Amino acid sequence: MFDQAESFVTPDGRTIGAVMMEMKNITLRFGGVVAIKDISFDVREGEIRAIIGPNGAGKSSMLNVISGFYHPQEGEVWYKGARRPEMKPFEVARQGIARTFQNIALFEGMSVLDNVMTGRLNHMKTGILSQAIWYGKAEREETENRAVVERVIDFLEIQHIRKTPVSRLPYGLKKRVELARALAADPKLLLLDEPMAGMNVEEKEDMSRFILDVNDEFGTTIVLIEHDMGVVMDLSDRVVVMDYGKKIGDGPPDEVRNNQAVIDAYLGVAHD
Amino acid sequence: MFPDQFLFGVEVLLNGLMAGVLYALVALGFVLIFKASGIFNYAQGVMALFAALTLVGIMDGQVPFSHLINALFGTDVHHFGWHVPAFAAILLAMAVMVGLAWMVQHFIFRHLVGQEPIILFMATIGLAYFMEGFGDMMWGSDIKKLDVGIPQGGSFWIEEATAFLGGSNFYGFFIDQLDIVAAVVAVVLVILLVSFAQYTKQGRAMRAVADDHQAALSVGISLSFIWVLVWSLAGFVALVAGIMWGAKSGVQFSLSLIALKALPVLMLGGFTSIPGAIVGGLIVGVGEKLFEFLIGAPFLGGATENWFAYMLALVFLVFRPQGLFGEKIIERV
Repeated sequence: MFDQAESFVTPDGRTIGAVMMEMKNITLRFGGVVAIKDISFDVREGEIRAIIGPNGAGKSSMLNVISGFYHPQEGEVWYKGARRPEMKPFEVARQGIARTFQNIALFEGMSVLDNVMTGRLNHMKTGILSQAIWYGKAEREETENRAVVERVIDFLEIQHIRKTPVSRLPYGLKKRVELARALAADPKLLLLDEPMAGMNVEEKEDMSRFILDVNDEFGTTIVLIEHDMGVVMDLSDRVVVMDYGKKIGDGPPDEVRNNQAVIDAYLGVAHD
Repeated sequence: MFPDQFLFGVEVLLNGLMAGVLYALVALGFVLIFKASGIFNYAQGVMALFAALTLVGIMDGQVPFSHLINALFGTDVHHFGWHVPAFAAILLAMAVMVGLAWMVQHFIFRHLVGQEPIILFMATIGLAYFMEGFGDMMWGSDIKKLDVGIPQGGSFWIEEATAFLGGSNFYGFFIDQLDIVAAVVAVVLVILLVSFAQYTKQGRAMRAVADDHQAALSVGISLSFIWVLVWSLAGFVALVAGIMWGAKSGVQFSLSLIALKALPVLMLGGFTSIPGAIVGGLIVGVGEKLFEFLIGAPFLGGATENWFAYMLALVFLVFRPQGLFGEKIIERV
């Protein structure tokens, strides 16, 4: 379709970079159940890539493969032009891939600020001793990390809850704090697992705006899973459609929308 | 001038506080591991014993496994013939505890990730008995004297400074210098641990792991590294407790039983609170000494110190199951 190394301009007039991540013939099984069956697709730098599909299509499994929580039995993951060996989730995170979870995984006992601060852990280099002494380098590092965190907090408009323990926040704000923590890591690739699930219309609009702004302002590449077709079509540059673990469509939103297989998967097929 | 009986009561109270500090030192190790990994480490007391045995063994230049070696090869080696200074020996013993932490994580708990708490607890019971036997095999079962240079005996300074409070047959409060050192060490240890958890990268990661494994992984924290770190810290606390208890009453296998006294301390203080472990330890220490002095000895025939702490914990369990500082248990329906 396009040259892998070339950037191109989408129908919306947005410029998308070269291939950053490539999934090649991924197959993931749990015992006898095939969650993902021979799926390949790529993610290009600077784009918003959506993965959609009905319940149980294997979308979250795919995200878990990318973030190292699941290891596929077959297939290869290529990242930044090199084949990625089997990695643990924390190693993937250290490569600059941050994520959020469908069921929100926050540090419930910590304040919003502390939660977002954990996103900076991999940017803290100073050892225990100099940190304990707290002078010079460690202090400068702490100040720098705090500055990044404050910027993210401003950006996502959660200043008013920065000292609040996360366990006291409503669902919609928790989702936003989780996004903030992922952003604080300054990721090259951001994975969002149903960022708008369970939100009302207003919250969904806010979240959509944040996702677009993040992509725009920081140039972060985003892979997101979403149920709400309207939202997906508005946000994304390219869409992968999954059904029963298989890929049934891949392309710009307009193309996918008119794909017969996709329509069948979503609306059901008349068996006659 | 105060009546002698009152002054004696105050002395009992002070000594109770000091004993409480030693309980708290053991309880601290429990809290560290429980907070970070949800494992109730039954082996904490044995770790203190093992640390003290190792320390004495290194200081005296004992040959590890000497009985085994002698039995296998018909040799007769017991000592290398050198003595290691206390400070160096403490560092070496700490290195052994870190190695132990790594082995515990690598050979046991790495394989039990995600298991029920009761299974993890059973594993620590196994670990406790293994370490007790292993310590015996490595260093021998005789009672050893531990002298790392901590001053012992009553503090004359305190005795002289307080002698004026009573009559002519009151010679001032008797407080063991070792207990004073233990109290200072405990305070320093708590300050160190709390600031480590609060301000360092590894401390933050530790708190994150304690809170949510999945989230911790997603921000790039290696769970197994943190768990080795936590077991090492618990090993460090065990070493400190082992030094204090060992210097006080000799390094002997009954040392591992003090771990049982840490249980009521934890029930009082809460299993997840570092300050709770300290306050709980002090309450148990003071409580059992004062109870013995005021009620136990005069009315109950004495020896109440053996069970008082457990009774107190039982009462606490009924009225405040999460302990003084524990996280409140709220059941949402």
